[in-house]
Amino acid sequence: MIPSSKLPRHLKTRVPYPRVAPAPVDMGPPKIEIRKLDFYYGVSQALRNINLALADRSIAAFIGPSGCGKSTLLRVLNRMYALYPHQRAVGEVLIGGRDILGPTVDVADLRYRVGMVFQKPTPFPMSVFDNVAFGLKLAGEVRGSELAGRVESALKDAAIWDEIKGKLHADGRSLSGGQQQRVCIARTIAVQPEVLLLDEPTAALDPISTLKVEETLQALREKYCIVIVTHNLQQAARVSNVTGFMYMGELVEIGPSNEVFTTPKNRRTDDYITGRFG
Amino acid sequence: MNRRPLRKLKNWAFLGLSMLATLAGLACLAAILWTLISRGLAGMSARIFTQMTPPPGSAGGLLNALYGSAAMTLLGILVGSPIGVLAGTYLSEYGQTSRLATVVRFINDVLLSAPSIIIGLFIYEIIVVRMGHFSALAGALSLAVIAIPITLRTTEDMLNLVPVGMKDSSAAMGAYPWRTTLSILYPAARSGIVTGLLLAVARISGETAPLLFTALNNQFWSIDLNAPMANLPVVIFQFALSPYKDWQDLAWAGALIITATILILSVAARILLALLQSRGGGGPAQ
Repeated sequence: MIPSSKLPRHLKTRVPYPRVAPAPVDMGPPKIEIRKLDFYYGVSQALRNINLALADRSIAAFIGPSGCGKSTLLRVLNRMYALYPHQRAVGEVLIGGRDILGPTVDVADLRYRVGMVFQKPTPFPMSVFDNVAFGLKLAGEVRGSELAGRVESALKDAAIWDEIKGKLHADGRSLSGGQQQRVCIARTIAVQPEVLLLDEPTAALDPISTLKVEETLQALREKYCIVIVTHNLQQAARVSNVTGFMYMGELVEIGPSNEVFTTPKNRRTDDYITGRFG
Repeated sequence: MNRRPLRKLKNWAFLGLSMLATLAGLACLAAILWTLISRGLAGMSARIFTQMTPPPGSAGGLLNALYGSAAMTLLGILVGSPIGVLAGTYLSEYGQTSRLATVVRFINDVLLSAPSIIIGLFIYEIIVVRMGHFSALAGALSLAVIAIPITLRTTEDMLNLVPVGMKDSSAAMGAYPWRTTLSILYPAARSGIVTGLLLAVARISGETAPLLFTALNNQFWSIDLNAPMANLPVVIFQFALSPYKDWQDLAWAGALIITATILILSVAARILLALLQSRGGGGPAQ
C-alpha cells in the first residue's frame, strides 16, 4: 500500500476539481432527448441503450476513457456517422422535439441546425471572413450588407473579434491553433444553430488557448444547448452544468456536474474521476 | 571476434557502388544536355521564330511547327484535363473503394503506362481513318488521351491529401458534397492539381509517336484544325533523319526548344507546389 503522501497529486484527493459552473437551471422541455439509442460500427456495438435529456441554454459534458463511445454519441446528434458506410444508429433522438434519425430527415438541414466543432482546428482554405460566412452563404438567407454584421457578431461571440478584426482577409490557415479553433467556433455559431457540439475542442491547443475557448463556451451558454466531449476532467468540471460518464458504450451516470464530481452515485464513475483507471 | 573492419569495408563498397551508379546516370544526362545545347545553340537564330519550315537547301525556321505544337498541346490539355480532374474527383470523393472506382483506377494505371504509339494508333483508327485524312484535331485528341491519366492520378492523389477533418467540417456545416468539393477541396488541393496539369503539358508537348499517326506534319503555315498541322516533335523526327545539313540544324534547334520548355514547365510546377505549400495551401495541412 502506497502511503497517501507519495501518491501523485491528482490521486490524493477526491475533490480536486475547481467548480465554477452553476447548477443546471430548472429546465423547460429538454432540447435533446435520447431514448434507447444503440449504435453499430458494422457488427460491433459502440453504444448500448443510451437514455438522456439535455436542457437548452446549458453545457453538457461527456467524459470517459478512450473508446467509451462519447464521440460516437456526439456524431449521432448531427448524423455525421452517415458520411461513413456501415455505421448505423437505432433508437430515438429528438432535437427540439423532432426525430432526427428518421429516413425523411434532410441531413444537410439537420447539420445546419446542429453545429459541430472538431478536435483539430479545420479552417477552410479561404479568408477568415469567408470561413465565418461559409455557412451563411450556404443557406443563402443572408444578404451582402447583413453578412458583415453577422460575421462580426459571430467572431465577437467566439471571443476572438478583438484579436482578429484587422486580419479578416488573411487566410484562415495562417492563424495560430487557438485562433483557428475559435474561428471554427465562430463559423459554427454564425448560422445560429440550435445545438452546438464540440468534440474535444481543446485537445490540440495550448493551455492559454484552452482557457480562451473555455471562456468562449461560458459566454455561449446563454444562447445555446452545448454538448462537449472531453478527456480533460478539470475542463468538464469547469465548464459544464451536467456531466455524463460513459464506459464501454454505456452511459453509466449523468447528473449535475457538482454532484458527479463530488458525490458520484456509481462506483465506476468514482474510480474514473479519481484517476484509478482510464 | 571483431567483425567491425569487415562491416566498414562492406559499407564503403556499397556506398561506392551506389555513387558510381548515380554518376553514370548523371553523366548520361549531362552528355545529352551538352550535345543538345551546343548543337542546338549553333542552329538557333531569329529565323527559327519567324519563318516556316523550309524545303531542303533553303533557309527557314520552325514557326509553323512551334505554333502547331502550342495549339495542339493547348487543345489537348483543354480537352483532357477536365475529364482527368473530374474523374479524379469521382475516385477520391465519391467512388472511393467501390467496385467501379477500383476498376477505373486500374484501367487508368494501365493507360498511364501505355506506350504512346498505341494511343496514336487508336486515334488513327477511330478518327483519321473515318475522316479520311490526317488532322490537327486528331493530333490534339491523341494528346488529350495521354493527358487524361496523368491529371486523373494527380487530382485523386492531391484530393486524398486534404485532411478528412476539413471535409467533415464542411459536411457538418450542412454543405452537400458538391459544394464541399468546389468550395473546400479544390482550393485546398489547388497547387497540387495545377502541378499535375503542368506536368501533363510537359509530357504531351514532347510526344512524337501519337502525332505521327494523327496530325502528321505540314510544311506550310496552317491554322486549320481539320488539316494536317506541323509540330515540333514530328519535324524533329523528320529533319533529324534527313541527309540535309540545314534540316539537321533545325532539328537540333527544335530539340533544344522542346527540352527547355519542358524543363521550365517542370521547374515552374515544382516551384509553384513549394510556394503554395509553404503558405499552407495544397498538400496535407499541418
